[in-house]
Formats: sequence, structure tokens, C-alpha cells
Amino acid sequence: MSGAIDWLLLAEFSLVGLLSGGVLALIALGFVLVYKGTRVINFALGEFMMVGAYLFWTANVFLALPWWAALALTLAGVAALGALVERFVLRPLAGQPVISIVMATIGLGAVLHGLAEAVWGGANLSLPELLPRKPLLLGEILLPGQVLWSFALAVALIAAFTAYFRWSKDGVSMRAAASDPVTAYAMGIDVRRTQRLTWMFAGVTGAVAGIIVASMTSLSPSLGTVALGVLAVVILGGLDSIAGAIVAGLIVGLLESLTVAFVGGQARDLVPYLVVLVILMVRPYGLFGTRDIERL
Amino acid sequence: MTAALSVENLEVVYHHTIQVLRGLSLEVPERGIVALLGANGAGKTTTLKAVSGLLPLENGAIGGGGIRFRGERIDHVAPHRLARRGIVHVREGRRVFEDLTVQENLVAAANALAGRAAQPDFALVYGYFPRLAERRRQLAGYLSGGEQQMLAIGRALVAEPALMLLDEPSLGLAPLVVEEIFGIIARINAERGVAMLLVEQNAMAAFGIAAYGYIMESGRVVIDGPTARLVNDPDVQRFYLGYGEQTTEVASFRDVKHYKRRKRWLS
Repeated sequence: MSGAIDWLLLAEFSLVGLLSGGVLALIALGFVLVYKGTRVINFALGEFMMVGAYLFWTANVFLALPWWAALALTLAGVAALGALVERFVLRPLAGQPVISIVMATIGLGAVLHGLAEAVWGGANLSLPELLPRKPLLLGEILLPGQVLWSFALAVALIAAFTAYFRWSKDGVSMRAAASDPVTAYAMGIDVRRTQRLTWMFAGVTGAVAGIIVASMTSLSPSLGTVALGVLAVVILGGLDSIAGAIVAGLIVGLLESLTVAFVGGQARDLVPYLVVLVILMVRPYGLFGTRDIERL
Repeated sequence: MTAALSVENLEVVYHHTIQVLRGLSLEVPERGIVALLGANGAGKTTTLKAVSGLLPLENGAIGGGGIRFRGERIDHVAPHRLARRGIVHVREGRRVFEDLTVQENLVAAANALAGRAAQPDFALVYGYFPRLAERRRQLAGYLSGGEQQMLAIGRALVAEPALMLLDEPSLGLAPLVVEEIFGIIARINAERGVAMLLVEQNAMAAFGIAAYGYIMESGRVVIDGPTARLVNDPDVQRFYLGYGEQTTEVASFRDVKHYKRRKRWLS
């Protein structure tokens, strides 16, 4: 009768996996936003997450502010960080080869990592549990509360950004500036402003993801390394597709969870990325990445 | 009356080394259409980019001379501010935002109205270009070349411009489509009172709607005058309109020498 038990296990791990994919999708969104907006892969995104989580810790634990005030301060802080990065790192490099800019973001990541260690120390800190732990029972399936709530939060944030880009005038301008900056200038779009906004949004999504990850695990300067794994998710989804980031986040979450269930915890970081590699060999643009529109 | 646009002795250098404009002067009167013609590399597109402020984005710089829009110097104003002041540049090759829909392209163009009281009038654009109305929800990248050119002009129209800079609107389009688009350009000029500086390779099409013309070579103007006079000028006919004396004969070495002699005289 082991067959019946396996089905239940499969269903439970699948659901947990899909739900935990929400946070991966949120981190992936941070990469996609910046790539769409400025054609730069932001290797410092993990450090944005880490800095966001530390800012939240400082406000919420160290200064003992209520969580909503701490969150507001944190988001303002990372938005300012994003704007500063755009002004003092990206803008001076405008017009340089993409590889130089990517190297600069890697350097920026290292600087932020070092600064965080200097300010907050290298030890593990813990954030208070923000998300309710109360699990949800679906028949025989038990879904942990944190996983459920982090998923809901990620979905809400992703939905908000998608709506913003689709329907708001600034969102449309940002997409226009991303697709052809010179023409966007000629249409009266302040391209510097749209790029600054892009980096601020990336900071905000990164910080929220960072706070979620830190509250479920622990907070240390190496929190940012999560983001590198997510880069594979982003490439799977297609670097410039928000929908792709979501689907790929869910796929990788699912694969991770199933690997833990049926192969073992050690393979958790291996199997999903092997699958990603294979998918990319078949679809090099990612699942949803745009091929350039070819006119025949 | 001050001109909508006046360019005086403009010098433009790319990458600090390559001089493209060498003392170019021209004027566009309010509500007028002026054609700017010339061979490839003469500096026509560079002239437009200097006026619309796009030059610094492409490593170009104004080395001397000046540009005035309704009497005010504009040579060091950022491009998005120029667009908001009413100078819109319809770039060569249409340059629609391919992964935005037709409607979204127009919404993006409405940024040029920032700081003005006006609300974007999309119905006006769809009135001039009914074909765009049918395709308003389609991605601009999948429009035909003619429709993309219509969208490019439509975007400029949303900005309620005082001066439109049109860079080769006929490029790569079938003759019938060119005729249609030039008809609409002429209507926009007449009905909206928009001054236009029209760069063209298709000299006949340009002369059809422009009142005045400049012909450029190697970064400066070599001939200018009312189009009625330019059309009858034997040199213009021979070198830019492709007919006139001797063109029906088989080309011979003698013709080539003749061409060179004329060409030298022209510059």
C-alpha cells in the first residue's frame, strides 16, 4: 500500500515547493526589472536583499520600531540605495560595454557585503517571525504557514508591479525607455528618471525578498548568495520576462522540493539546476524570453 | 517674424575628431515645410539630431554656431526638454517601440506634454491614421513598414509639436504608401500649423510638399531656394532628381567627367 502514501507525499511536497517558488520568483523579478529597464544584470541584487534585511533588523529589533514603520523605513532606505547606485555607479558607466557595467555590479556587491560586515558584524542575527506560523490543513496535506504567507506576499508584490508596468503611464514610459532610450528621449521621456525608478524598484523587491528569506532562516552578510542561485531561475524564465520569472520560480521551487522528498536533501541544489541546464539547451532564450522580432 | 527654427553656422564633430557639419545654416519659418536634401553622409540626419538634442547621446558635439527655436538658443538643452517644448524628432527607420502596443507607443509619446496643460489627444492621431485605430492593441513590432511610419508620425502628433523633424519618412516604403504618408504630412502641416524640417533622399516626394529646399553636401548647404525654382534648376535636376540633359544617353566616361566638374562647382 506504499503507492497511496507516495501520492500524498508527492502532493504535499509539490504544493510546498510551488509555494516556496514564490519567493524565488520575487527575487527573480528584481533581476528582470533591472535587465528590462537598463540591460544590466545586477549581480549586487543579493546584497540589496541582505542590506534590506539588515536595515529592517536595525529598525525593528535594534530601534524597536513597530514592524510597519520598520518596513517603511527599510523600503525608503533601499530605494535611496538604488537611486544612489544608479547615479554614481551606472550613470558614469553609460555607454561603456555591458561587461564593464556587469563587473561594476559585482564589485558593488562585494563593497556592500564588506560594509554590512563592518557595520553589523559577521555573526548570525535573527529577525522576529513576521509571518504567522499557523499551518493550513488541506485534507491530509499540511502547508506550513510561513511558506503560505511568503507566497501570498510575493504574489501580491509581483501582481502590483505587473499592473504598474502594464497600465500606469510611468510604467509604459519605463518600458519604452528600456526598448529604445534614444527614441524615448526624443518623445520627451526623461530616461535618467525612468532608470533611477527601475533601480529603486529593484531595491524594493530585493529588500522584501531579503526580509522574507531572513525571517524564515537567519540573517548574515552571506544572505545574498541566495540570489546567485536565483539567477539560474531568471535565465530559465527569460531575462526580460516577468511572466517567465514567475513560472520559472515556481518550477525551480517545485523541483527543489521534490528533489528533497525523493532524492535527498544533498541533491537539493543540484537536480533543479541540471533540469534548468537541459531546458536551456532546448530553449536558449528561456521559457518566455523575447526573441527579437524578426521582420521577413 | 522670427523663424520657428534657425540654424547658424553650425559645426558638429563626432568623437572629437570627425567633423560632419561645417558651418551649416538654414531656417524653417513658422507653419512652413522645408526640405533638406543631399547624398548619403552629407550630414542631414546629424543636422536633425543637433536640433533635437540627441547628438550628445551618440558621441556628437556642437563645435560652433548656434541653434534657435523661436528666437531662443537651444543648443545645450536636454532632448526630453526640447520634446516638451514642442520640437519632436521622427527618427530615421521609424524606431517604434516594438514590444509596446500601438496605443502604448502613443501613451509613451504623451510624455512630451509634461509641463503643459494639454491632455493627449489620441483620437486626433487615429483620425489621421485610421489604420492605426484598427491595430491599437497590436504590438508595434508586427505592423507593416508603412503602418510603423504612420505610428512614428502619430507619436510625434501626440506631442502637439510646433516643429516636427522628419527623417526620411519614405525610407523602405512602396511608392503608393509614400504618397499616402506624404499626403498626411502635408495635411498635418496645413491643419495643425506644424512647422516641418523634412530630410529626404526621395527629392521628388519632398519637393511635392515643401515650399523651400536646401541641398547639402559634405556638411554645408550648396544650393537653396524655393522648391519651384529648385525643380527647374538644371544641376538639381541632374544630380538629385535624376533627369535632365543627357540622362537618356548611355553613360560614358565623358559624362563622368562632366559630373565631376559639376560636382566640384557645386561644393
